[in-house]
Amino acid sequence: MSWNKKVLRVNLTAGTCTPEPLNMEWAMDYLGSRGLGTKYLSEEIDPKVDALSPENKLIMATGPLTGTMASTGGRYTVVTKGPLTGAIACSNSGGFFGAELKFAGWDMIIFEGKSPKPVYLYLENEKAELLDAGHLWGKSTWHTEEAIKAGHQDPQIRVSSIGQAGENAVLYAGVVNDLHRAAGRSGVGAVMGSKNLKAVAVRGTRGVANVRDMTEFLKVTAEKKKVLADNGVTGQGLPKYGTQVLMNVINESGALPTRNSRDVQFEGAGKISAEAMHEKRPTDGKPHLLTNAACFGCTIACGRISQMDQTHFSVVNKPEYWGASGGLEYEAAWSLGAANGVNDLEVLQYANILCNEYGMDPISFGATVGAVMELYEMGVLTKEQIGIEAPFGSAQALAGLVEMTAKSEGFGKEIGQGSKRLCEKFGHPELSMTVKGQEYPAYDPRGIQGMGLTYATSNRGACHVRSYTVASEILGIPIKTDPLVTDGKPGLVMAFQDATGVFDSAGICLFTSFAWGLADIQPQIAAACEGDWSMEKLNLVGERVWNIEKQFNLAAGFTKADDTLPPRLLKEAAKTGPAKGLVNGLDKMLPEYYQIRGWDTEGVPKAETLARLGL
Amino acid sequence: MQKSLHIDPIKCTGCLQCEMACSYEHTGVINPSKSRIKVFSFEHEGRKVPYTCTQCADAWCMQACPVDAIKLDTVTGAKFVVEATCVGCKVCTISCPFGTINYMADVGKVQKCDLCSGDPKCAQACPTGAITYVDADWTGLDKMRAWASRANTAVL
Repeated sequence: MSWNKKVLRVNLTAGTCTPEPLNMEWAMDYLGSRGLGTKYLSEEIDPKVDALSPENKLIMATGPLTGTMASTGGRYTVVTKGPLTGAIACSNSGGFFGAELKFAGWDMIIFEGKSPKPVYLYLENEKAELLDAGHLWGKSTWHTEEAIKAGHQDPQIRVSSIGQAGENAVLYAGVVNDLHRAAGRSGVGAVMGSKNLKAVAVRGTRGVANVRDMTEFLKVTAEKKKVLADNGVTGQGLPKYGTQVLMNVINESGALPTRNSRDVQFEGAGKISAEAMHEKRPTDGKPHLLTNAACFGCTIACGRISQMDQTHFSVVNKPEYWGASGGLEYEAAWSLGAANGVNDLEVLQYANILCNEYGMDPISFGATVGAVMELYEMGVLTKEQIGIEAPFGSAQALAGLVEMTAKSEGFGKEIGQGSKRLCEKFGHPELSMTVKGQEYPAYDPRGIQGMGLTYATSNRGACHVRSYTVASEILGIPIKTDPLVTDGKPGLVMAFQDATGVFDSAGICLFTSFAWGLADIQPQIAAACEGDWSMEKLNLVGERVWNIEKQFNLAAGFTKADDTLPPRLLKEAAKTGPAKGLVNGLDKMLPEYYQIRGWDTEGVPKAETLARLGL
Repeated sequence: MQKSLHIDPIKCTGCLQCEMACSYEHTGVINPSKSRIKVFSFEHEGRKVPYTCTQCADAWCMQACPVDAIKLDTVTGAKFVVEATCVGCKVCTISCPFGTINYMADVGKVQKCDLCSGDPKCAQACPTGAITYVDADWTGLDKMRAWASRANTAVL
């Protein structure tokens, strides 16, 4: 067991909340969270629908390990058709919301239709009601959470909401829960906004009572927590430095996309690194970093909690930003910093805070600003158009543009469309660092070849957490491979993609995979869940999840032509570092990848592959 | 030797493993809403602080109970609620200065930390050592050591 076996279907058009049994046949094939949510979405919508139309649906799904003592067992996934890409969107978040949803007795919520007016869903165990959100519309994610808790006189409610970015259809708006945690990518927040759904507020007091074999589960989860604690990355590196530990490492590897990927190394990397966050500031003598923090059930605790310098230009006279706040994590520090050539740690945190508060993805936002800065330096965009001078490296520009975009004011409306649409509009589609319309994150595929294939084949558009081959190519986990060669990468990417599908579908955090392999989560799933959960079966689940997402995209109209990279990565060689002279060798990897996937030369799964996976 | 729960908030990451372990031990369900130890998050300061009963020697709750439902475990020093005797009058919840004894509406009884009969599950579950179970006479030992360490490293 460990599933509640209960789904809440919310029809926003009709204003109804209807419980229904979880399809356990599907749960046995897709486990939960990402996989099971995708199965439901695939069965229920036409992949060709307009992502922001009432015909799209949005699913919030927990996994069988969500809300249990399994380390990091607090995650949920938002699955929908994404407006930024037109592909399957699937964004995973930690914090405390997912576990609370489980404790309230639900596995999953399916939102369909569109509410005639702004509403929020309030769940108190089995009680589910849509309440008026007129007073919340226009509020940030932080003020929304505060207002809901105050309104219900219950500080123990957990809230997942959209900010102004989601209301204004910023195409990379995220869904933010517990202030600093987000289902951040692919614009899942814009879908929520298009449905007039402001927030989901949950209070769960039923708990998780149905772990299959609790004695075994306690024993095995305790053993596996020890594996995390004893591992250098999950036991020491991540708690102390967070994901930001990567900034200097990736820069030295010549794989830090800099100034819209003109460069692969950033001279200011040290100033925006984990080490810099620990240093005392000359202005107030305090380090940027206050402490680390954990999501629900997490024994790693990689989260960063920082405090800004009150005298910094971005927050002077703005005391609302002087308190402790989430960040910086590596991806945001890169996208807001290196991608734009900005080396001012404080302004990066300011931009990051606004992304959390207004509810938008800092990766896509920052990478779009990178394109804007390049277009500005080329003279294609002017100060008059943008409303501000925007050369690479300008902290003032970053602060100004994040405010404009968060509030959808002026040129911020263009930035809110993402770099693909923006670069096309201004005549330079080649300058958009996107795959399938989504901005790629903090690893340059010229310096880490496997990440080129990772981005090109990622079902939700460019993304690092579909197959994090950085672990192998840079960190040597589970085995060290050479980041500068393409040999062996198709197999590596496929293995990471399929394993990730299992981690995400179980309800635990991908970061455990620095220390855990599938063999470590298999006994935890087996102790928690009814059914056969052998290694063979889990491998099949991972592969099935990947293929059903692929099927969705093919039905949505994607083709082999979309499994590619921006021309800059394929034609302009890295200028410095270990990868100097290299472009990404995607053409050497893609055919082999299709072949080992059991797909034809056009990247379409063969009939026998689908049959083997039961698709 | 009696032991006490000792809490060092600086080490707490807010993961709630303690709340899960406590609730499972006492209710058989993983259910932080029934936990007898609570972790409070102070967002503005970035602090997480676990809090539970300190097992007062002369316990207000025990003194206030009109039906003598709160007993002393003479081995551990814990004050525990005899559920069969508790009538759910809530007088103890009013008398406790710290708020660490609470009424559970679904069972009509109060609940508080009972030190798990000398093997507190919260301390076992804590991954960072923020909650420990130490010699009751020496709960200040860590602080003393820290100050001693300062003296030890001072320039003479």
